[in-house]
Amino acid sequence: MTCKDFLALLDDMIDDTVTVEVRAELQAHLGRCPHCEVIFNTTRKTIEIYRSHEIYDLPSGLRDRLHSAIMARCKKGC
Amino acid sequence: MPTIQSIAGELEPHPDVALVERVRGGDLSAYDTLVRKYERQLFRIAQHITQNREDAEDVMQDAFLKAYEKLEQFQGNSKFYTWLVRIAVNESLMRLRKRRTSKMVSIDEDIETEEGSVPRDLADWAPDPEQNYNQAELGEILRKTIQGLPQGFRIVFVLRDVEGLSTEETAETLGLSIPAVKSRLLRARLQLRERLSRYFHRKKGLDK
Repeated sequence: MTCKDFLALLDDMIDDTVTVEVRAELQAHLGRCPHCEVIFNTTRKTIEIYRSHEIYDLPSGLRDRLHSAIMARCKKGC
Repeated sequence: MPTIQSIAGELEPHPDVALVERVRGGDLSAYDTLVRKYERQLFRIAQHITQNREDAEDVMQDAFLKAYEKLEQFQGNSKFYTWLVRIAVNESLMRLRKRRTSKMVSIDEDIETEEGSVPRDLADWAPDPEQNYNQAELGEILRKTIQGLPQGFRIVFVLRDVEGLSTEETAETLGLSIPAVKSRLLRARLQLRERLSRYFHRKKGLDK
């Protein structure tokens, strides 16, 4: 497996949608290629960071105001 | 890492289905529940697309109102949440078009078609690189980094990786093919990774 092959399957590896056989090949490539290992680990970490940090939070005051406005208009039939 | 759709069961009806039925029967409190359940997600998605807080507030409200008006059109063959997200994405893009009157805005904007080269990178990140920053700094880095992505990549990444839609749901929501979603997702992830590396390498071994 080349680095290009690995990259083509990177998302499937991260999303865990590969077969056991393909996963084994990918793991074997990772064991041999420190570049791809870094790419794999840091890409996975990138997703994890974006998933776990809310970068556009909706403050509760604003949330309540918007919520009330929506429901008030729905009550009137929009 | 299991994806959200692989955890969700396909056999039992989604709890939203019963809520939608109650709303159709005139029970507004059921809609209140649905709005409360998804308002933060819609706000986030709208903010990611419009990159403007006021627009995101308007989009969120308009999307819920439109969904309420059009509830009869909801077929139930997709999840209510996916249907709602599609409305919010369309509202967000419309809002952007209004702002940039001279230029058409679409999710195809800024997308280069050529395949990227294989990244070469030996400088690994620290185990928890985000620990080198306080919450405000980290938030700024993450916002700045994702805002720099081409829009068509950013939307796919947000729906798929941040909001947990499946590849199929993302494709359906954006009117893209599954291969197009996959290709954009890979490039979005790699570009974000590369951009974040600048911050997470810089601090490594340095006193803050």
